[in-house]
Amino acid sequence: MTGFSTLLYKECLRFWRVAFQTIVAPMMTALLFLLIFAQVLDGRMQVHGVGYAGFLVPGLVMMQILQNAFANSSSSLIVGKVTGSIVFVLLPPISYGTFYAAHVLASILRGLIVGAGVLLATFWFAPLRFEAPLWIIAFALLGGGLFGSLGIIGGIWADKFDQLAAFQNFFIMPLTMLSGVFYSIHALPPFWQQVSHYNPVFYLIDGFRYGFFGVSDVPPEQGFAVVFGLFAVLSWSTLVLLKRGWKLRT
Amino acid sequence: MATAVSLSGLVKRYGTVEALAGVSLEIEAGAFFGLLGPNGAGKTTLISCLAGLAKPTSGHLAVLGHDVAREYRQARRLLGVVPQELVFDPFFTVRETLHLQSGYYGLRRNSDWIDEILNQLDLTTKADTNMRQLSGGMKRRVLVAQALVHKPPVIVLDEPTAGVDVELRQNLWQFIRRLNREGHTIILTTHYLEEAEALCDQIALLKEGRLVALDSTANLLARFSGHTLALRLQEGAFLPDDLQRFAVGEKNGMHLLRLEQVAAVEEVLVRLRQAGIAVLDMRLSPPDLEEVFVRVMQDDPGNLS
Repeated sequence: MTGFSTLLYKECLRFWRVAFQTIVAPMMTALLFLLIFAQVLDGRMQVHGVGYAGFLVPGLVMMQILQNAFANSSSSLIVGKVTGSIVFVLLPPISYGTFYAAHVLASILRGLIVGAGVLLATFWFAPLRFEAPLWIIAFALLGGGLFGSLGIIGGIWADKFDQLAAFQNFFIMPLTMLSGVFYSIHALPPFWQQVSHYNPVFYLIDGFRYGFFGVSDVPPEQGFAVVFGLFAVLSWSTLVLLKRGWKLRT
Repeated sequence: MATAVSLSGLVKRYGTVEALAGVSLEIEAGAFFGLLGPNGAGKTTLISCLAGLAKPTSGHLAVLGHDVAREYRQARRLLGVVPQELVFDPFFTVRETLHLQSGYYGLRRNSDWIDEILNQLDLTTKADTNMRQLSGGMKRRVLVAQALVHKPPVIVLDEPTAGVDVELRQNLWQFIRRLNREGHTIILTTHYLEEAEALCDQIALLKEGRLVALDSTANLLARFSGHTLALRLQEGAFLPDDLQRFAVGEKNGMHLLRLEQVAAVEEVLVRLRQAGIAVLDMRLSPPDLEEVFVRVMQDDPGNLS
């Protein structure tokens, strides 16, 4: 247990030491999105019977949870690999399960801190309800866990910062931006509505938003089942890769 | 005597490159063991396999009877490794680094031992300094400290004194010797052969991934090396023909002769006197590990193992 708690503490301390970059900056980005879009569109349109600014907030919060959860585990691993300091966690008797759990939990925590910060900061701009708080918590944890796992795979796969940036910009960013953060998929043509159903982030944002307003594009149970299934598969795959020492123990 | 580390048939290939070609050896518990060889001989690969950082292509490794692959948690708990690369985590201070490393080994309260290591390695004044702000030598000391936080019975030092000043080197060896006296097994790789000669009681020489010599330091010195006699002869004089068989070269105007036995000095001097050649200066050097190293590396490994 000490190995796990130490690794978790180290991963949290790592992002806390550079909180301006890891917490404040993403909050600022989310606020800018909200100010611009809400200024232009609020009052002119409603989605699911909710004002646009209110509709936008849960999407922005979830987007920051996901992107920061991914950034946390992936940057920790790539920095460790590039500087060589990863040996400090490879030499001790830390099991691959502990390694996985500590990195994912730290990613979830960073995602939740940034998400909560965005929520608090935007609370003044947009009226929010909390219709089903358990769904809010469930989707936030699941989203952080899913992208924390993805961050572990990305961080281990990449040999250079450049490769990780490509993974982030060409895979993670489109996945999160084109998932219904800024719109309801019912506003899309039928083909793109169908395509959106293959994007797991759509279910995360849709279910998360349901927790606030009690309305969603698909039932939250269905969304939860899809994302939980994907999380289970991704966790299992990550554990297999860690057990084999893929790109870590040559 | 128990076996601290055992390797059998260790092979490691990276693609077509064979870094280790079937190395087998046993290191007794409590030994001060030197692992020597030129760059690319496979020393670091061997250590990486032992530490679980690299996976052997075939063969078995065990630390105090625990298989490095099957019982990796027990094996790693018994091992402390000082890596060759000067690596550090830039987010933390020295003390934080050591507390984190303790925690990875399951030690929650380790402040007393950490304070002692900091003191022994002359790091106390730097304990609350961020790792980024330390000099190279200081960072090297922290690496040594990190390897010792869990008091491992087997300590592996991969080139620990590279780039370290003389004073620290002496402090470090004093500390490591103390740990060895207290029962820790020390495995050392170094390019400083005089260090290995002074510290190690057993030495293995690696060449191109093969073990080419394995013996006690005393036996190796006796087996592979002779004494070197340096002679400055009177101006214009040459070595007599029958002494040419001892000649191995010239250095700073002195003739160098390799003698298998010290007693051969007398024969050389008698022959010079008979030839009417005056000796202006003479030095006799005992065998040293550098000579052993050079001779073993030049020879065919097949004849030496």
